[in-house]
Amino acid sequence: MSKVIVVTSGKGGVGKTTSSAAFASGLADRGHKTAVIDFDVGLRNLDLIMGVERRVVYDFVNVINGESTLKQALIKDKRVDNLYILPASQTRDKEALSKEGVASVINELKEDGFEYIVCDSPAGIEKGAFMALYFADEAIVVTNPEVSSVRDSDRILGILQSRSKAAEEGRSVKEHLLITRYSPDRVEDGDMLGMDDIVEILSVPLIGVIPESESVLQASNSGNPVILDKESKAGQAYMDVVSRFLGENVPLRFIKAEEKKGFFKKLFG
Amino acid sequence: MGLFSFFKQNKKKNTANLAKERLQILIAHEHADKSRQAPDYLPKLKDEILQVIRKYVQVNEKDVNVNVEKGSDYDVLELNITLPESR
Repeated sequence: MSKVIVVTSGKGGVGKTTSSAAFASGLADRGHKTAVIDFDVGLRNLDLIMGVERRVVYDFVNVINGESTLKQALIKDKRVDNLYILPASQTRDKEALSKEGVASVINELKEDGFEYIVCDSPAGIEKGAFMALYFADEAIVVTNPEVSSVRDSDRILGILQSRSKAAEEGRSVKEHLLITRYSPDRVEDGDMLGMDDIVEILSVPLIGVIPESESVLQASNSGNPVILDKESKAGQAYMDVVSRFLGENVPLRFIKAEEKKGFFKKLFG
Repeated sequence: MGLFSFFKQNKKKNTANLAKERLQILIAHEHADKSRQAPDYLPKLKDEILQVIRKYVQVNEKDVNVNVEKGSDYDVLELNITLPESR
């Protein structure tokens, strides 16, 4: 049984590609044959975050157009077994994605024994984003603790519930909320929306909270999915997300403000 | 809570709470708008009905009213055409 999971958000720059790369690598690391597809045709970046940009020969659109086979276009990861990357085309635009074309690629991956197919959605609610979510069984909605991101996530949740293939067939897409770039200190100071508030507003079950962390930028600088940085808080938080996705009961970490009592606070606090 | 943090919190506005309130109001409104939203085909449907009626009676565009009302488990298509007064 294979599952199609879309990583989506509506808003750009919230960490979809970082999360897709980390999540897919984590699933593969746990022994599941996983493919991650970049749906951002024209603005591909998953290859860069995964550090395989120099190994791209054929892409998603080439496969859809029959210009290459799926096998030729899939890039096998050299760090993690069971992990394959299907890059987006850099020269085409999102109109190159058709429902039939995307369906045939996903079906071929399923026939090839892929357990998880992770679809990295582009920002926006146009064709690329729609194609990425259309075939999803489950959705990871990436949200920053910030008003515009929360609002856009709500929009995307509405589209998942009304326009996905599952919705058309009277099923529902299983939704997960992933909060990224979270600063417990700022939440404690009352300057940032807390995770409980975001869950209350969107009413979607939480699959994880990724703390704002320097290691995310360092990971993307070097083309290593941050989940492989097992020392970093962000990496560990992503590992927890994978565990929860696989049905394990793992408590949330890195959600409390650090104790940083100054002299006066010690005196009066 | 220390004495100093107490003063600090009072001075600074709690913007996170403000964000939450604004989002809750906004999202409630957007959801309400969506459930009231008319289907995409409505303008075209109205246009075609108007053309059919005009084969027989000359009516103005504003005399034809097409509405969809959502019930709990059914939708009602409401059609209201005002014919011109007969001379």
